[in-house]
Amino acid sequence: MTRNIWTICKKEFRSYFNSPAAYIVLTIFLLLTGWFFFSDFFIVNQASLRGLFGIVPFIFMFFAPAITMRLIAEEKKSGTIEVLVTLPVKDSEIILGKFLASFFLLSIAVLLTLFYPLFLSATGKFDFGSVFGGYLGLILSGCCFLSIGLFSSSLTQNQIVAFILGFVIIFVLMILDKVLFFFPGFLGFVFQYLSVGYHSSNLGRGVIDSRDLVYYFSIIFFFLVLGIKALESRRWR
Amino acid sequence: MIKVKNLTKNYGEQKAVDNISFEVKTGEILGFLGPNGAGKTTTMRIITCYMPPNSGTVEIDGKNIFDDSLSIRKKIGYLPENAPLYMDMNTIDYLYFVMGLRGVSKKDYQKRLKDIIEICGLGSEIHKDIGELSKGFRQRVGLAQALIHEPEILILDEPTLGLDPNQIVEIRNMIKELGKEKTVILSTHILPEVEATCGRVLIINEGKIVADGTPEQLQKGFKGKEKIYIEIKSEEDVISKLKGLPGVEKVDFTAPDENDIKKLSIECRKGVDLREKIFNFSVENKWIILEMRREEKSLEEIFRLLTQSN
Repeated sequence: MTRNIWTICKKEFRSYFNSPAAYIVLTIFLLLTGWFFFSDFFIVNQASLRGLFGIVPFIFMFFAPAITMRLIAEEKKSGTIEVLVTLPVKDSEIILGKFLASFFLLSIAVLLTLFYPLFLSATGKFDFGSVFGGYLGLILSGCCFLSIGLFSSSLTQNQIVAFILGFVIIFVLMILDKVLFFFPGFLGFVFQYLSVGYHSSNLGRGVIDSRDLVYYFSIIFFFLVLGIKALESRRWR
Repeated sequence: MIKVKNLTKNYGEQKAVDNISFEVKTGEILGFLGPNGAGKTTTMRIITCYMPPNSGTVEIDGKNIFDDSLSIRKKIGYLPENAPLYMDMNTIDYLYFVMGLRGVSKKDYQKRLKDIIEICGLGSEIHKDIGELSKGFRQRVGLAQALIHEPEILILDEPTLGLDPNQIVEIRNMIKELGKEKTVILSTHILPEVEATCGRVLIINEGKIVADGTPEQLQKGFKGKEKIYIEIKSEEDVISKLKGLPGVEKVDFTAPDENDIKKLSIECRKGVDLREKIFNFSVENKWIILEMRREEKSLEEIFRLLTQSN
């Protein structure tokens, strides 16, 4: 079980770096985060990463569907899916392996931004708790977006369609807590709970609450299961 | 032992496979023959558990494709049509990848790899990206992928598609060699291929099996009128004289005659071999026979007969 997941993950991770795609995406990611970090760093005059943690989920909105759109759509288009799913491999192993590969690429992107807290720790006292929480929030929202992107990729054989679909779903999850004033009372509360932004801002304050973790893991789980079902759908009669 | 029972598959309104049943014994090479769109690929996809049938079952060694999909897939090596491969991957990495998912144990990797490179003749290209390989070599990589775990059953969808004549002969010999110990199902619409490699032929048209047997059986079963091809050198009106012979039904030129050499095809009544009579008749008339042979009905004609009339 784990061997198959690992084999698929390794193959996918390598193929990111076989093409310029991974390098381009990582470079753009670093340019954007660097720009957003330093643009207000000297104005705010605080040893804080709050600005960065606020903006990275929005970059992930593009980043995650971009690195997942290929994963299954391309296999469907080129026909390699026929070889892959007739190997003695479970559909869940295929999805998990591919998810893990995209997770590693995203982790690399996040790790590369560790330069900023290192830089900050030299300039002044800052709150390690909130940095840790913020990073946890980044990784977890990134994983949510990846599972959504992977699900979209498993629905179509067109990478562009996969990208747009993934982006739209992520976009809805991101803006839910920005449009709460449209929804009164209980509905507003539900929508707030469903939004990614609400939970990542909790973590960004350094408060690691099980409610937020449960939220993240359920979203990831939900879309991974949907992805597996979409891949299995060819076996439905 | 593969048992296919009452398999039906619809794509919308269209019936791709229509209630077919057949069995393949262990060690048999079965050729799946049919025009494009006859349902060959669909049948293979169902056997390899890629897609389910609308009704009917496939059993392999007593296990069926619904309940034991994983263990069936372990036994099968499958080369889909056009050998789809990851173009951005290195050939050798790809083979490692397949071995990993096939559950080949790590200590056997090197040996299997060495064997498969030799069997498929991949030696010189093994370190290239698959995208850089020629069509023929891609087909070989596809075959290597299907063979690397030493499967009991090999399912090959048009294995010689897009290859040059030399490569076709090589691949055919390879399949014949493999067929000595494995069960092979291969599909094709190239007829000489079937005659050259398969012990048994299944002709399928519009989703139905229209013929089943060894190539020889099929040829015998469909033998109609005897045909004799003959080249005679003579100035006389050969045709009208030959028509007078008892048993001869039709005589035609197959080519315009040059220098009194007449190329003829003679149709005789069913089950009558007239070659001796024609020889003696020619001698009596002092015609010179340059060539004479009996024309057997080729698999090609049988194929056309079976798949066009419907």
